Amino acid sequence: MGEQRMDENRIQAKNVTFRYPEEERNAVDQVSMRVKRGEFLAILGHNGSGKSTLAKLFNALYVPDAGTVLVCGMDTADDELVFDIRQNAGMVFQNPDNQIVATIVEEDVAFGLENNGVPPAEIRTRIDEALRIVNMSEFALKAPHMLSGGQKQRVAIAGILAMKPKVIILDEATAMLDPSGREEVMNTVHRLNREEGISIVIITHYMSEAATADYLVVMDNGKIHMTGTPREVFADVENVRKLGLDVPPMTSLAHDLRQAGIDVRPDVLTVEEMVEEVCRLSSKN
Amino acid sequence: MLNDITLGQYFPGNSPIHRMDPRAKLLLTVVYIVALFLVKSFVGYALSLAFLYLVVRLAKIPFKYLIKGVKPLRFIILFTFLLNLFFLTGEKVLLVLGPFRLTQEALFNALYFSLRLVFLVMGSSVLTLTTSPVQLTDALERILHPLQRFHFPAHELAMMMTIALRFIPTLLDETDKIQKAQMARGADFESGNLIQRAKAMIPLLVPLFVSSFRRANDLAMAMEARCYRGGDHRTRLRELRYTRLDGMAALAVCGFVALIVLEGHFFG
Ligand SMILES: Nc1ncnc2c1ncn2[C@@H]1O[C@H](COP(=O)(O)OP(=O)(O)OP(=O)(O)O)[C@@H](O)[C@H]1O
Ligand SMILES: [Mg+2]
Repeated sequence: MGEQRMDENRIQAKNVTFRYPEEERNAVDQVSMRVKRGEFLAILGHNGSGKSTLAKLFNALYVPDAGTVLVCGMDTADDELVFDIRQNAGMVFQNPDNQIVATIVEEDVAFGLENNGVPPAEIRTRIDEALRIVNMSEFALKAPHMLSGGQKQRVAIAGILAMKPKVIILDEATAMLDPSGREEVMNTVHRLNREEGISIVIITHYMSEAATADYLVVMDNGKIHMTGTPREVFADVENVRKLGLDVPPMTSLAHDLRQAGIDVRPDVLTVEEMVEEVCRLSSKN
Repeated sequence: MLNDITLGQYFPGNSPIHRMDPRAKLLLTVVYIVALFLVKSFVGYALSLAFLYLVVRLAKIPFKYLIKGVKPLRFIILFTFLLNLFFLTGEKVLLVLGPFRLTQEALFNALYFSLRLVFLVMGSSVLTLTTSPVQLTDALERILHPLQRFHFPAHELAMMMTIALRFIPTLLDETDKIQKAQMARGADFESGNLIQRAKAMIPLLVPLFVSSFRRANDLAMAMEARCYRGGDHRTRLRELRYTRLDGMAALAVCGFVALIVLEGHFFG
């Protein structure tokens, strides 16, 4: 494999299998996938399908029983590279309260840098920058427990961002937030993807969030069941529903309309697209 | 019930005392407390009070905050006073109360002992009033750092304190929520005798305990994901630096100690 291709893949998983000790079945089973540079990828799947386990394999929190995971070309099985890997593949977790370590926002953002032995002057510039990017500068000296859920998650993102990662993995980072907090976080993540060129992997149960990704990976029982763009995946309404997942509301509506004999496109994702389709049909008649 | 638990008692400000290096403050407070044990007479306590008063004025904190710090300990202080009063022996009997003989020596010693306690609490209050908990943990970690060579877990201790400080508000919030949820289902936390009330706390403590373990687990995972690997080679955002201010404070405290030693010599 050429150097060039290596550089294109932020994360590459090859036939990855992982089983928790004392469990019967593999939590992750023969998974191969990759996250390309600058890509926004979403992982879907019902509860217990192995999404979180896969995310932890991407961050060297777990090491595969079989197969390999490469993060920016580094093998997660190599003990020497663990901290380089974790710095390159940052992770944001579900519960905003349980991932903030320090008693002051800016100190928490500094946590990862302190662990990596970055000199204080550089820590200062990097955390100021990170807080600015997530729009939390004015809260730098606040106590974390005074913040809203969405703000806490943005602080967590800043803490990752300060480490200058190549890819950020968000494991249901919006699951415990209210709609406005969810929007704050999703907007931030999309901006990082667009403006800073950071690859993003989101794990989510919200199909509206998944619909904004470049690429979807649908898991079932530890295996990858479907992949493709949101359009391709959601157009297969029956199959997605069989996996215990929803499709975005407009895709569902398009599906119902088609069953009723109205010839709209099956891969409608957003309200705007649906409006367009309806206008197209009505102008035809 | 939970609202009256305040964490630390930091009184923010920008006085010279506030601006001192927290390590210097911590060490000098220890020196002040040790000096209290050298005091032999009321003159010495007057000196201690004067010194404390000076510091409090410099720090621009109202003196009543120090009194407030002593208040929760008033029963302990009273108890030790009475204990000393009746069980110390001496020559000059002032009063006989049944089996107890109250002597002048005992009275003085009891007074000294209580005063020492009061000043001890007030002295440490000055420290906690002018130093935020974060600065205190920082200072503690760095002061204890040399002991790491002898396997003393200085970094771990400071990290534990930080995490405790970070999670106490979260857990208080959660306790409040669980309590309200239980009350909505008819739980009664307020009436009954001590044992009944303690029993009523069980449905409160069990979920809290369980969730604390989950939080600890999550936090450990999150810390690991952020490259945490213990205290070695770790840098800190905030560096501590001694300044002239700390030198001046050290001199002042040395002066105070010298006075106390002289006092012990002349009045002891
Ligand atoms: N720490 C653990 N020890 C043992 N088994 C585990 C552990 N964590 C997860 N599992 C099991 O591994 C499987 C995959 O779990 P995982 O958490 O990866 O699923 P998930 O897709 O993230 O689910 P969810 O949507 O609920 O977060 C499940 O069967 C789960 O019971
Ligand atoms: Mg999960």
